[in-house]
Parts: sequence; structure tokens; C-alpha cells
Amino acid sequence: MTAIDDRSATPEIVDEDEARRARARKLDKIGKWTLPVVVMIITVFLWDRLVVWNEIPHYILPGPLLVFETLIKDWAMLFDALMVTLQITLMALAVAVLGGVGLAILFTQSRWVEMSFYPYAVILQVTPIVAIAPLIFIYVDSRIAGLLLCAWLVAFFPVLSNTTLGLNSADHNLRDLFRIYGATRWQRLRYLQLPSALPYFLGGLRIAGGLSLIGAVVAEYVAGTGGIGSGLAFRILEAGYRLNIPRMFAALILIAATGVIIFAGLSFLSHMLLRKWHESALKREG
Amino acid sequence: MPTASAAPLDQRSEVLWMEGVDKTFNGNVHALKGMSLRVGEGDFISLLGPSGCGKSTALRLISDLIHPTRGRITWAGGQHAGDLGVVFQEPTLMPWATVAQNVWLPFRLRGKTYTSVRDDVLEALKLVGLEKFQNAYPRELSGGMKMRVSIARAMVTHPRLILMDEPFAALDEITRFRLNDDLLELKDKIGCTVIFVTHSVFESVFLSDRIVVMAARPGRVIRELTVDAPYPRDDAFRTSPEYAAHCRAASDALHEAMEQAA
Ligand SMILES: Nc1ncnc2c1ncn2[C@@H]1O[C@H](COP(=O)(O)OP(=O)(O)O)[C@@H](O)[C@H]1O
Ligand SMILES: [Mg+2]
Repeated sequence: MTAIDDRSATPEIVDEDEARRARARKLDKIGKWTLPVVVMIITVFLWDRLVVWNEIPHYILPGPLLVFETLIKDWAMLFDALMVTLQITLMALAVAVLGGVGLAILFTQSRWVEMSFYPYAVILQVTPIVAIAPLIFIYVDSRIAGLLLCAWLVAFFPVLSNTTLGLNSADHNLRDLFRIYGATRWQRLRYLQLPSALPYFLGGLRIAGGLSLIGAVVAEYVAGTGGIGSGLAFRILEAGYRLNIPRMFAALILIAATGVIIFAGLSFLSHMLLRKWHESALKREG
Repeated sequence: MPTASAAPLDQRSEVLWMEGVDKTFNGNVHALKGMSLRVGEGDFISLLGPSGCGKSTALRLISDLIHPTRGRITWAGGQHAGDLGVVFQEPTLMPWATVAQNVWLPFRLRGKTYTSVRDDVLEALKLVGLEKFQNAYPRELSGGMKMRVSIARAMVTHPRLILMDEPFAALDEITRFRLNDDLLELKDKIGCTVIFVTHSVFESVFLSDRIVVMAARPGRVIRELTVDAPYPRDDAFRTSPEYAAHCRAASDALHEAMEQAA
């Protein structure tokens, strides 16, 4: 029985090609982490030199050290703001997942529902959120609810469209097999369509994670005034009015870091869920 | 479980019969015209013919995935859940499920828990020689092994009839020969009834006791041959003059089918 046994065999003969490939793989692995870090260090260094050599005043471009100091000094306030933004982002993402997957399931259960509502999902998606947001804040009293609605509008579509695609992409022969064995609609959904849709859904989820952060930030900009319980975007606006450029940079760095962490977290989740069976999670050999 | 050694061809009790079945697609594609077939218990029937002669259509009709335009398909004693097992040209396994979970599927769709049928699942895997791989995922298996899993899934419920649509066509010659041998061994052990679609003369002669030769445009049966060599058949049968004679007869019929279509 070939496929499994071959792998456990220990190679005794060194093949030049394979050795070279192994070295290349190792270098790749190291480079994947070190190169971005090196680029980052060089960039920060150049940024610092640029500011110092050109004697740029800090209210135009603060140096990296000053930004870092501000980040520490204003940590309490910025962290609170981060928590607010993060809360909106994660709640929006959760609702986007529930709404997107729920709608997708509804669509695949009934062609009529899909035909009726899919065009409107597209319309919601293609209309820029900055154009809708002011209206939302007129009609929705609760600030949090408004922010949530905006972030959700931006984030739910990739979940919806990817999951719909996934639910419909189940193998044709497997569908026939389920029919032959007299599977109910629920069994087909549970045992065939949902697992088939998982890789597609996770792809959509990764996009939605970034989008819900964007949605939350944009909505905060539009919502404007806030005071207590304001998020990072509001802090950036506020710092801008006061020409506190270092704080703007510090807040910006926090937003970017949040986006990266969300993306990395969702990628990791996706890898863990698919690693046993899906092609995308396989390591290519050779 | 059915008896392992089947009765002579003409004394077997019936499983299913097709009477004058037509299937027309789009109003003018006659995929099948006037097909009649009587399937007896323990039969191993090959549908042999060029592509487009309606072999797959016949199987889809029997599996009730599509319905006859005219004519009738009747199960002796009516059809019940688990009466049918199917093997497609592709292994058609669920990649997210282990080998054992894949074989469990026909039971699972009838609401049976894994523990209640574990013995049947393992027995089926043992019959195809894969009991050690019950926890492997399909992608860890070779093409031939996946096909074995597919066969185990088709027979795990001991169906009255197993349909196979060119199951080995995508495999290499050596794997195919081995699977042919194994399939006959299986038939010997559990005495299943099979309708086997192929376009290989050799495969049809080696495996079956009845060969139904079909022609295309319109898809129809043009001849039925009997291969009266007793089971179990082995490599000796593959080199016997008897086998060669049957192959020639089937080959002639196939040529006739192709000429009629041309
Ligand atoms: N769903 C369908 N719609 C239209 N034509 C079909 C369909 N299924 C099969 N056919 C046609 O019916 C004929 C027989 O097809 P098929 O049963 O698949 O042949 P085989 O399996 O013997 O190669 C072919 O001409 C094919 O194009
Ligand atoms: Mg076919």
C-alpha cells in the first residue's frame, strides 16, 4: 500500500537535487520571517534619519522614537480607544458571519429567496459605506448600533458570496450519491454542503476580518463627536485637530497592528480547520 | 446475506427488470431506446458499448436519479432503503471525512450512529483490504485504494444491487487487473448482484456472466452474450482458449455496434 509507507522510509542515499531543494526550503523558511523584519528596521532607520537630517519639526513628521514615546505616554487612553474599536470590529465580524452564513444557507435552500434578495445584497455591497453612513447615523439613535451596522454592511458580503459559492460547489457525484441514499435536505446541508463550503467560507472570513475593521474605522470618522467611549479613529481625528501628530501616528500604528493580528488569527484558524484534508493546507512536495 | 454461489443463470430469482425503457433528452437526443433487461439475483452484468450509447443513462435510470420517458423499471418486492449501492468512475469520497466515516455514509443517512454499525463498516473495509486505513483521510490514499473505499461504501449495507459506472477506467492497467481480481473475490464472498459499465471487452468477459452490448444514436441494446465460465475465475481463466473465444465474440459484437452507429 504505497502512499503511506513511502513517506516513513528513511532516505539513505543523498540526492544532489533533493539536498539543494531542502536547502532552498530552509532558506525560504528563514527569509519569510527575517526579510520583512529587516525591511522594517531599515525603514524605521531611514525615517529617523530623514527627520533628523532635514530637521523636520515634529508637528509635520515626528520621528519613530517620539511616536514610540507617545504610544507609551498615551497608552491608557489609546488602549481604551483600541478596545472600543476592537469591540465594534469583532461584533461586526460575528454578525457578518451569522448573517452571511445564514443568508447563504437560506439562498441555497430556496432559489426564489436567492433570486429575490441577491441583487439587493450586491447593491448594498457596491454602494460606498461613507455615502450610506451619514444616513445611518441620522436614523439610528444608538451610536454603537450605528457603528455596528456600518461595519457589518462592509463585512458581510464576502462571507455571503463565498459561502453561497461554497454551498453550491459540492461534488456532483456526491450530490447524486446523497440522492440515491435518500438523504433529507437537512442531511445534505449538514453532511455535504456545509463541509464543502468550509474552505470558501474561511476565505471570505479572512477578507471580512479586515473589512470589518475598515468599516468600524470609517463609521467612527463619519460619526464624529464622541468623548467617552470613543475609538481609535475618533482619537486620530481629535489629535489631528490639535496638531498632535505623534499621537496620530501612534493610533495609526495600533490600527494597522490590529488589522494584521486579525488577519493572522483568521489565517491560523483556517489552517487548523483545513489542515487534515484540504489541498490549500497541504505542503507541496518537490 | 445472499448465498455465495449463485444458481444457474435461468433459475435465478429476479431483482429488477426494465421494460421498453426510453429516455429522451431535450426532445431529440435519444439516449436510450426500448431497453429491456432482467436482472437476476447473483448476476454480474456488464454493459459494454462505445461512449454515448446510454450506459450511464441506464444506470441513472435504475438509481432513480432520472425517470424514463417511456417504459418501466420495477424492483421485485418494491425498492427499499439500502437496496442500491453505487460506484462512480471517480472514487467520489468526502475529503473531509476519514475512510471509516466515508464508508459509514449510507448508514448515517439512514440515521444510524457509527457505534451501531461499526462492525459492518470494519467488515466492509476488511473485505477490500483497508482495515488498517480506517482513520486515514482520502488524500493519503492512492487512486486504487480510494476506489476500494468507494467499493466498500457501496456494499456496506449489503445492497440487493450494486451499480458501477466505469469504476476502473481512470486507473492504470496493473491496478485495474488487481481490482478486477479482488472484485470477483468479493462477489464470491458476499454473492452480490452487479451491473458493471465498461468499454473494455477484456474486463467485461473476465468479470461478468452476462454481457449486454449496446450501440449509440439511438442508445440501445443490440446483443446479449453469456459467459458461462464458472466463478471463481483467476489468472488461468485469463489465458484460457475459452476466454479468448468469449473476447472475440464480444469484440465482434462491439464492432457491429460501432458500425451501426457510424
Ligand atoms: N442530461 C443530459 N442532457 C442531454 N443529453 C444527455 C444527458 N445525459 C446524457 N445525454 C446524452 O445521451 C447520450 C448517452 O449518454 P451516456 O448515457 O452518458 O452515454 P455513455 O455512458 O454510454 O457514454 C449521449 O449522447 C449524451 O450526450
Ligand atoms: Mg458514461
